[in-house]
Amino acid sequence: MSMAAPSRERRRLLAAAAGLSAGWLGGCAGRAAPPSTARVLVVGGGYGGATAAKYLRLFSRQSLDVMLIEPRQSFVSCPASNLVIGGSRTMADITRPYDDLGRRHGVRVVRDTVTRIDTAGHEAVLAGGATIGYDKLVLSPGIELMWDEVEGLREAHAAGRILQAWHAGAETLALRRQLEAMPDGGVFAIAIPEAPYRCPPAPYERACQAASYFKRAKPRAKVLILDANQEVTSKGALFRKVWADDYAGMIEYRPQYQCVAVDARAGVLHFEVQDDVRADVLNVLPPMRAGALAVRTGLATANDRWCLVDWLDLQSTVARDVHVLGDSLQVAPAMPKSGHMANNQAKVAAAAIVAQLRGWPVDPAPMLANTCYSFVDATRAMHVASVHRYDPAQRTYLPVQGAGGLSAAPNEHEGVYGWNWARSIWDDMLA
Amino acid sequence: MAAPSIAAPPAAAAATPQAEDLYRQSLAAACASCHGTQGRARGDVAWGALAGMPAAVLAERLRAFKAGTRPSTVMQQLARGYSDAQIDALAAYFAAQAK
Repeated sequence: MSMAAPSRERRRLLAAAAGLSAGWLGGCAGRAAPPSTARVLVVGGGYGGATAAKYLRLFSRQSLDVMLIEPRQSFVSCPASNLVIGGSRTMADITRPYDDLGRRHGVRVVRDTVTRIDTAGHEAVLAGGATIGYDKLVLSPGIELMWDEVEGLREAHAAGRILQAWHAGAETLALRRQLEAMPDGGVFAIAIPEAPYRCPPAPYERACQAASYFKRAKPRAKVLILDANQEVTSKGALFRKVWADDYAGMIEYRPQYQCVAVDARAGVLHFEVQDDVRADVLNVLPPMRAGALAVRTGLATANDRWCLVDWLDLQSTVARDVHVLGDSLQVAPAMPKSGHMANNQAKVAAAAIVAQLRGWPVDPAPMLANTCYSFVDATRAMHVASVHRYDPAQRTYLPVQGAGGLSAAPNEHEGVYGWNWARSIWDDMLA
Repeated sequence: MAAPSIAAPPAAAAATPQAEDLYRQSLAAACASCHGTQGRARGDVAWGALAGMPAAVLAERLRAFKAGTRPSTVMQQLARGYSDAQIDALAAYFAAQAK
């Protein structure tokens, strides 16, 4: 069997079978005879990818062909998903359809999974069988959990005994159900990996959400935070004050607890140095790296974990015309792995792609901003914010000195803002 | 508008007015995460829409946030990240957007 690329006709048939238009065919053939319209393939419909797809259409004044490949039927937000675990929001509250991207913005949304990217040939292969040629590819693959870094965790997770709930979705609700089923007087343990990991404050927010629920429903229950890091990695002073003021005797924080093995049947966690811990509900977050497709494509060249890009256009340092976004990136100084940051990166990448396809120079001075709210109970939130400017000498983003900051304390006013932030950014990505 | 062609020449040195317009859209897009795409905010959020706000009004507000004279939760912290020239560019962009 020849390994040669499928013929143009073969691709047409494959794509037709997958419901794709003939206008999407070509790959190398298309590049030899330039099409009238450039094609951008966006892989992954999270905060980065969905935003990129919409803004590629907006910034090109609807002149680019933009296809978004995403296996899920609907978008489910990681930010705000801890509120489902705490019980103040439902899955429906954090779920949004992809329909408007097609209907209002002309993005071709295809429900499929990219299994392989041929970066040299400028083609992507879908699980459904189609091969799609591209001029530019935007990859926003999210993170992969490195199950094998914690002995026994892969099996415990597969059996449903130890959940992650770090990809929002079915596990978010499943973890909520485990907390509901836990007896009063039980212990919920959350194990945090060494930074960097997706969404630095989220494990501490989750601890607050579980405790907020326990305070109402199971006042003798406990929350144990077992953190591989030396200190709370985000909003540390604010979280510690909340734990002392609102959850004294309920939340216990233990730094330098690096989980290395689990015994799900006994409900026991083993640590690199510290003594074993037993708990009734275990939420173990293993170390993380760039999403599997990025790793498989050879883009995760920083410690074999994260993707390196040219920050001016978010183009991979190892694959031409592949622009990488979001949590899969090796971050710049003081840049969080957050949904808001991915949304902002997507806009910089979309503008750069439009400029490059038109033969214009890219913006030499792009900016990124981040605002992240954490809810400490059902109604009170606190934020951390930062602004990042591209530094041409260091060729990276640096936080603007004097800008950014934290809330003075969590409050209900910011709780309203936090929920409005979520609905607004979902609109900005999807509506 | 003509569709972009991949046969376009490699990046030229000087940015055209069209390119500058794209950069301004990209700069303003950071605000859209909360204030809505092109400054058209949801009708049910506490903060206002930016689209169609007179440039002088928005520039003055952003400078007041930056100076710390206008109260806020997060806007003082964000406004301090932008230069006066960027604030003027943002104000001009949003003033030109349809409400």
